[in-house]
Amino acid sequence: MATEESTGLVFHPMDQFIVRPLFGDGPVHWYTPSNVTLWLALAVLAVWLLFVVGTSGRALIPSRIQSMAELTYGMVHKMIEDVSGKEGLRYFPYVFTLFCFILFANMLGLLPKSFTTTSHIAVTGVLALLVFLGVTILGFVRNGAHFLGLFWVSSAPLALRPVLAVIEVISYFVRPVSHSIRLAGNLLAGHAVIKVFAAFAAITVIAPISILAIVGMFAFEIMVAVIQAYVFTILTCVYLKDALHPAH
Amino acid sequence: MFSLLQQTAPAAVDQTIIMVPADQTAEVVVAETETIVVTGTDAAADAAASAVGMPQLDFATFGNQIFWLVVALAAIYLILSRVALPRIGRILGDRQGLMTADLAAAEDFKRKAREAEAAYDRALAEARAEAGKIVAANKAEIDAELKAAIAHADAEIAARTAESERRIGEIRESAATDARNVAREVAAELVSTFGGKPDSGAIDAAVDSRIKGAVQ
Amino acid sequence: MENVATYAELGKYLGAGLACIGMAGAAIGVGNVAGNYLSGALRNPSAAASQTAMLFIGMAFAEALGIFSFLVALLLLFAA
Repeated sequence: MATEESTGLVFHPMDQFIVRPLFGDGPVHWYTPSNVTLWLALAVLAVWLLFVVGTSGRALIPSRIQSMAELTYGMVHKMIEDVSGKEGLRYFPYVFTLFCFILFANMLGLLPKSFTTTSHIAVTGVLALLVFLGVTILGFVRNGAHFLGLFWVSSAPLALRPVLAVIEVISYFVRPVSHSIRLAGNLLAGHAVIKVFAAFAAITVIAPISILAIVGMFAFEIMVAVIQAYVFTILTCVYLKDALHPAH
Repeated sequence: MFSLLQQTAPAAVDQTIIMVPADQTAEVVVAETETIVVTGTDAAADAAASAVGMPQLDFATFGNQIFWLVVALAAIYLILSRVALPRIGRILGDRQGLMTADLAAAEDFKRKAREAEAAYDRALAEARAEAGKIVAANKAEIDAELKAAIAHADAEIAARTAESERRIGEIRESAATDARNVAREVAAELVSTFGGKPDSGAIDAAVDSRIKGAVQ
Repeated sequence: MENVATYAELGKYLGAGLACIGMAGAAIGVGNVAGNYLSGALRNPSAAASQTAMLFIGMAFAEALGIFSFLVALLLLFAA
């Protein structure tokens, strides 16, 4: 970039998101084990460690790690029950899978030199589309054509209803877009900002400020990682509620 | 400040020089499948920029990411739904059951304690009543004894008083008789001394009337 | 020809900077959500706990639009 030569600063905030093959330098085919594979596998491993190894004691008085697993379980369980109602609990394993995957992918992405899988539109787009398609199919299977009542605001004046229906349909189809871009954008933004601050550390005078800023941003990013996992899950619960009870 | 920037510049330039070949190889790798057309005339800068570009929009890697994501999600789903969630659910259920049982047991113990307390209170009240009864009985007995003793003492006192009065009366009686006899003899002597002939009847009457007046 | 490319470059950077103004709107929105939640929670603290989910949903919706403008800036800088 033009600024690089004039100031001597090197900005490569997006380098951390490049998908590379794990072994060798070949092209990235769909089956190639890449850094995506590695960090997804680590997320799976972390889930396994916390929820299977951590609870293997089956202790009545839980150890620290077991009570973390239990608290996570309780939190998501309560969230589904509060937002989607009792019927939503049938889909608890799926929602819990989403929450755990996003939480661990976000947190692992914060490790230095790591690769953040959830900062990629491809990943979050698949997650959001799974939710969108699942919820839409579920809505039609459970309620039939009645599910379309979601778009027909019966409490509004009759003349306004077609206009509102158009708006509702558009907002319904924008859901997966905002659902996925929110998660990817938050993580992308945070990691890129940290990288930009890191580039400023090359200048001796600014370096301490830059390092302090990185520390602050890192703490903020930990919060964002948890909150985004929570938000993704709770929005899934809200969409699930719409599918279960489409009455507007 | 500015001079510092200039001082750091050579090192940074070295870095970019090292970076450029790496980027170009990356560009070569990506170029095989990339469909984004690079629009720009500054070939070197744009090549470096688009090689990095936004990796998020590098559609060539989407298949890879989606494939491995689906694998990872399936793995997590299986781990959670087959092993972890039933286990945690059972642990929480067991704990809930145990807590309910413990609470019930605690309630039971509480009830027992309350019963024991009631029994103790009852026993205490009974003992207190018993004690009251004994105290009352003792009191009555003592009262009776006291009364009997007082009555006995009263009788004794009365008997002694009567005895004393009788003896005082006797003494008084004897004293009065003696005084009369002395008075008669004295009067008879006086009368005979003054040459008269003592008339026993008159003397007796005079002495009696005098003594009666003195005694009264 | 040289000038056209330079102007295009200039436009990219200007556009990216302008797109970042959109994030100010998101900041106002998120602050509004949090502030109103806080004032409501102070009025009726007993109802606050049940509404944290709504707080996060509202924040997420407000923040998403800021993320969109950030994304536009990134697209201009790196992908256009």
